[in-house]
Amino acid sequence: MANFFDEMYTDGSDVARPHYGEFSQWLGQQSAETIARKRVEADVIFRRVGITFAVYGNDAGTERLIPFDIIPRIIHAAEWSILEAGLIQRVKALNMFIHDIYHDQNIIKAGVIPAEQIFRNAQYRPEMQGISVASDIYAHIAGVDIVRAGQGEFYVLEDNLRVPSGVSYMLEDRKMMMRLFPELFTRHKIAPVDHYPDMLLDNLRSVAPVGVTDPTVVIMTPGMYNSAYFEHAFLAQQMGVELVEGKDLFVNDNAVYMRTTRGPKRVDVIYRRIDDDYLDPLAFRPDSTLGVPGLLSVYRAGGVTLANAIGTGVADDKSIYPYVPDMIKFYMAEKPILNNVPTFQCRKKDDLAYTLANLKDLVVKEVHGAGGYGMLVGPASTKQEIEDFRARVIANPEGYIAQPTLALSACPTYVEAGIAPRHIDLRPFVLSGKTVSMVRGGLTRVALKEGSLVVNSSQGGGTKDTWILEK
Amino acid sequence: MLSRTADHLFWMARYTERAENIARMLDVHLQTGMLPQAEEDVEQGWRALLGISELQEAYDKRHKTLTPQNVIDFMVRDPANSSSISACLTQARENARAVRGALTTEAWEIQNATWLKMQGYLKTDALDQNPAEFFEWVKHRSHLSRGVTIGTMLKDEAFHFIRLGTFLERADNTARIIDVKFHSANEKQKKQSQSQSQSQSESESASESESESESESEDQEQTQSLDAKAEPQIDFYYWAAILRSVSAFEIYRKVYRDVITPARVADLLILRADMPRSLAACMEEVLNNLKNVSNNVSADTERFAGKLHAELQFGSIDEILEAGLHDYLTVFFERIFELGNRISRDFLVPLAA
Repeated sequence: MANFFDEMYTDGSDVARPHYGEFSQWLGQQSAETIARKRVEADVIFRRVGITFAVYGNDAGTERLIPFDIIPRIIHAAEWSILEAGLIQRVKALNMFIHDIYHDQNIIKAGVIPAEQIFRNAQYRPEMQGISVASDIYAHIAGVDIVRAGQGEFYVLEDNLRVPSGVSYMLEDRKMMMRLFPELFTRHKIAPVDHYPDMLLDNLRSVAPVGVTDPTVVIMTPGMYNSAYFEHAFLAQQMGVELVEGKDLFVNDNAVYMRTTRGPKRVDVIYRRIDDDYLDPLAFRPDSTLGVPGLLSVYRAGGVTLANAIGTGVADDKSIYPYVPDMIKFYMAEKPILNNVPTFQCRKKDDLAYTLANLKDLVVKEVHGAGGYGMLVGPASTKQEIEDFRARVIANPEGYIAQPTLALSACPTYVEAGIAPRHIDLRPFVLSGKTVSMVRGGLTRVALKEGSLVVNSSQGGGTKDTWILEK
Repeated sequence: MLSRTADHLFWMARYTERAENIARMLDVHLQTGMLPQAEEDVEQGWRALLGISELQEAYDKRHKTLTPQNVIDFMVRDPANSSSISACLTQARENARAVRGALTTEAWEIQNATWLKMQGYLKTDALDQNPAEFFEWVKHRSHLSRGVTIGTMLKDEAFHFIRLGTFLERADNTARIIDVKFHSANEKQKKQSQSQSQSQSESESASESESESESESEDQEQTQSLDAKAEPQIDFYYWAAILRSVSAFEIYRKVYRDVITPARVADLLILRADMPRSLAACMEEVLNNLKNVSNNVSADTERFAGKLHAELQFGSIDEILEAGLHDYLTVFFERIFELGNRISRDFLVPLAA
């Protein structure tokens, strides 16, 4: 019997869980040929539409498809409402936290989070200290990674508050499923997600600088060789806003302008998809050609809104993650709805000792790592890999955290050999502006390699459509 | 709209149109190459094509001999030729990709699908087996690209910059097609008249007249040959090929209801505003689209385009031929080039802050 929670079947049987019943029955009626044909069709369409991501490290411009799996991940309404409440609660607290540490720092004064965890954090931006941002919102768009483990409980794995990607795949996967299997959408009541760009635009407009009644919103991309370029272009098109690069913008007289065919045009809200470091060569990395010289000065003076705000990274760092439940209690006086994964902070003596003694059973992550790189999955590693990692942790304990290896839930997935369970996670997207809101859905990522827990697309992971059933 | 976006759209359209025109030029050479004619005439034709595309030197670096296969390969897919059909379609797609959000989904998908299909095409031997079919395909994809632009896009700035790119490029290309074909036709007639005068000189022993004709300027020769009424049937296939290369053969019949003469071909392709690929028609579109994107620094450029258009609108073919077709076209190329630069400066290159 499998030692993980199966999304579709009850306890290793072939009996579908109630909310998968209808789908399971349908799947049973499909011939292998039909499914094979639909999978090829999906590939062709994705390729033609150009739903690709650029791959770093290869020749510039290499584009790959993210494998798409046609078996949806289904979540029933009751479970979703808990998730949604938990996510909104969490993102509210994170925004309050970021505002606090760049202003009064009450949470530090109260001794909930040690000061050095903030001020020695590479993502902390002293430039933001005391600066007011519209509606006190910092993480306008958050992508929170959720996994299910054990008997199916949800855990938050990571809060992505800087430039989380993937929402375009959520939307395109849905479109693809509707195109390939329209009959499934008449048999199920599936919450729609297509209005996400509309919500995003509304949200971005709502956080324009004070006094701007009809704000001009743009999306700022590092350019077409960025791995998420498809998403940047897609969102700009869906919202009907300009997709700008740094070189299209300039600063003049405390305002940001874009260069248009009819001369300069003022920009009020920038949904930027480039990291803090590259935003303004005068303030951050001087070698950055992606940014806009002087942007920070306009931002600090309140002349433009950046989404997400500069310096949000301080809250989604893995060294801050263990404190999020405490933040919820501190700022909202509420009990956290969603679980954190128990986390050992190697900077603490006891935690370090425990980590080093149990490396073979733990997942150890670099505090600033991303994309599934720089981590050790103990149970899946060789003795040599574990020893190498041990040396790295001992050399720099502050740079690592450790977590128990979760038995991630799995969802039936088409692989070479047929249908087999593969581990998945879920990234829903939470929008913060005048209100905090989300569409009912998210991006389900799936680790296509048998037994693998790494779902990142840069490591060969795939995606699935995510259905929130309305009843 | 963003200057950079306009720039990408403009060039997307230019590269698409250019690919089509290269296909048209290659196709017409392939067709005329099948006519019974001397090998050196065939070679001369291909050489003229390379010359007018300013690619003779680059070609000679790649190939020792001039064969249709080599020229086609060079003009279609040689990575060393940045003006090949393959390079043009790739650049059209890259430009589209950079601003895919400014295009309709359909417009982007056409660019992307063309590029994908082309890669498949060039991996097989389909081009060698049936080049005409490949050229036909390139033309169709270009038609599709224009059609989807007209059929799906809002008539906003994005649309006008795409159209500007299309017609500016087409004006240049049509002029090149006229120049290259008239040039080689001219060469052919020159040879004919030379051999005629040679046989004359043999019989009459009058070598003076020959040396006189040698010293005449090319323009005068051109004018003479275009006016030459002698043996029009020999040249029928030549002019027919030119007309077909710009989809104008049937149009010619409709308009003139008469035999094909070089002067009328020139008239049709240069001055007829109702002929979609003529210089006059192209300039009319350029001017109209330019007016639609007018900004506060573009007045001079609009005036420049307006003059160019007016000269075509009110010009007469007799005057043009009198001045010399090749010279006329050379001046036209220069002014189209200048117009392109002005459009870049006024709209596409970021305006000063």
